[in-house]
Amino acid sequence: MYLIELQELVKSYGTVKALNGLSLKVPNGCLYGLLGPNGSGKTTTLRILCTLLAPDAGQVKVAGLDVVKDPRSVRRQLGYVAQEVAIDKILTGLELLQLQGDLYHLPSNERDIRIAELIERLDMKAWITRRCGSYSGGMRRRLDLASGLLHQPKLLVLDEPTVGLDIESRSAIWQLLFELKSQGTTILLSSHYLEEVEALADQMAIIDEGRVIAQGAPDDLKKQLGGDRVTLRVREFSDENESEQVRKLLANVDGVRQVVVNRAQGFSLNLVVDDENVLPRLREELDRSKLQVFALSHSRPSLDDVYLQATGRTLMDAELSASGNRDVKLESKQAMR
Amino acid sequence: MTSSDYVAFDYSDKKKGGADLRQETFALTRRLFIQLVRRPSTLVAGVLQPLIWLVLFGALFSKAPDSLLPGGISYGRFLGAGVIVFTAFSGALNAGLPVMFDREFGFLNRLLVAPLSSRSSIIFASVIYITSISLLQSIAIMGTAFFLGYGWPGFAGLLLVLLTLLLLVFAVTALSLGLAFALPGHIELIAVIFVVNLPLLFASTALAPISYMPAWLGWLAAVNPLTFAIEPIRAAYGGTLDLGLVILHAPYGDVTGYGCLSILIALSLGLFLLISPLLNRKLA
Repeated sequence: MYLIELQELVKSYGTVKALNGLSLKVPNGCLYGLLGPNGSGKTTTLRILCTLLAPDAGQVKVAGLDVVKDPRSVRRQLGYVAQEVAIDKILTGLELLQLQGDLYHLPSNERDIRIAELIERLDMKAWITRRCGSYSGGMRRRLDLASGLLHQPKLLVLDEPTVGLDIESRSAIWQLLFELKSQGTTILLSSHYLEEVEALADQMAIIDEGRVIAQGAPDDLKKQLGGDRVTLRVREFSDENESEQVRKLLANVDGVRQVVVNRAQGFSLNLVVDDENVLPRLREELDRSKLQVFALSHSRPSLDDVYLQATGRTLMDAELSASGNRDVKLESKQAMR
Repeated sequence: MTSSDYVAFDYSDKKKGGADLRQETFALTRRLFIQLVRRPSTLVAGVLQPLIWLVLFGALFSKAPDSLLPGGISYGRFLGAGVIVFTAFSGALNAGLPVMFDREFGFLNRLLVAPLSSRSSIIFASVIYITSISLLQSIAIMGTAFFLGYGWPGFAGLLLVLLTLLLLVFAVTALSLGLAFALPGHIELIAVIFVVNLPLLFASTALAPISYMPAWLGWLAAVNPLTFAIEPIRAAYGGTLDLGLVILHAPYGDVTGYGCLSILIALSLGLFLLISPLLNRKLA
């Protein structure tokens, strides 16, 4: 049973195509991660899901309800924590939560009990009666989470929930998300942090240029890629010639699938090997040629490797080129009604 | 929180619609009033500005010849009605600003993600807020005018004054809210407010009677909505509460008190009908 079903979503802003036939399904009770660089269409997807934006084409269903045809029923099912926290600086956190409760039509006694629970759970007691204008980023984020959770939604949608937060706030939020999941809440979050998706998500989709280019459980995606990763240096500062020689030497070792000289990292060698049993053979081969091992690290494929395989570039590269193309003014315009 | 009490609230009761609308409208209105109490400068400025008008303009023309004004009343007395209407009008013209800021800061999105029983509650809250503020400011001006010796309309007159202001405030609030959704940002909205505000004051009977104006300006004043609010109030201040009497001698003919109020009612309804497709589209 899927709680969210998105089919062939298309959305353009003027000539810019934000979504280009995006489809994905989120099972009930799942913590689902959307991974992609800035500008890949994550926020647009979430905004469509939350009834803030109508798609140009495609189908969106939440809990079997059509988001375009029956937006009000959908709104009751979901809590949305936006990337840009919109709070009223003049109100106190408590007043904001009360307002939120009234907008979801909670009876006032239930509303107040629920608010008290969340103040306790998110550790907001010390500052909740202060005006929101004085809150730090972490406090605002916690307040926003509380207001998204106030009506106990079936589905919690979070857009980059920990971007710009300190480590402590981040781990507090991760902890809360795990708890919510164990209580049966379905969670959809977007992130451009690999480690966040890796640590949190049961299922994930990689989004690039408005389409899903890979989806599944993070471990499965990594396994599908196959092979282990090895990074090797024979000296602290090798030159290109030396690295090239070593590359040729190791390329013939049994179990080595691929060797690349990484120019960006001081001519270190990046290898894809069958498994860790190849490592002793690498050392033997180097010994035979009187070469030392300055550094050697071995790892399973990471999500970054998955991303690299699917798009031909690393997430960081995509992130850098996206940030150059970003038009912040245009984006805030798109978010305005 | 245990998993057993982690159940969504029951929303199945359809009869709750009216109560839901009340709850959300009240909550949204409460927010606007909390803002006002914690940031009262706009309220203070809104009272101060017309007071300065009243004192300075009243003094400026205090030696105006008796023939200038109909019935030979003092200029201060004449001006009072104009300043009261101007106060309510400027207040209502600003109604769209908080909504525009909510759009710009994304707070509106927070409201739009919530399952509001009707998004009209966002509009209702603004109308309730602006109406209360405008009436409050007007009463403050009326009190000051009384102490300056410019008269007091009496109880029945006061009701007529408030009714007239209410109609004008509804109309102008509709206009301002429409602009708040039609214009791209608060800079543009403020620009429109600046451009509209003073010319509408000058091209009305707030500062001088039509008989004193050149013909073309008289025509403008005679179709200016402010005039239709000023004249019944001026009549009430003059002790005339019979709405059947002619209170405005316009170039196109005489207008009674009922005529003025009918025009204001038509204007309010017309503007709300005009902006509702826009609001429906923006808030859909």
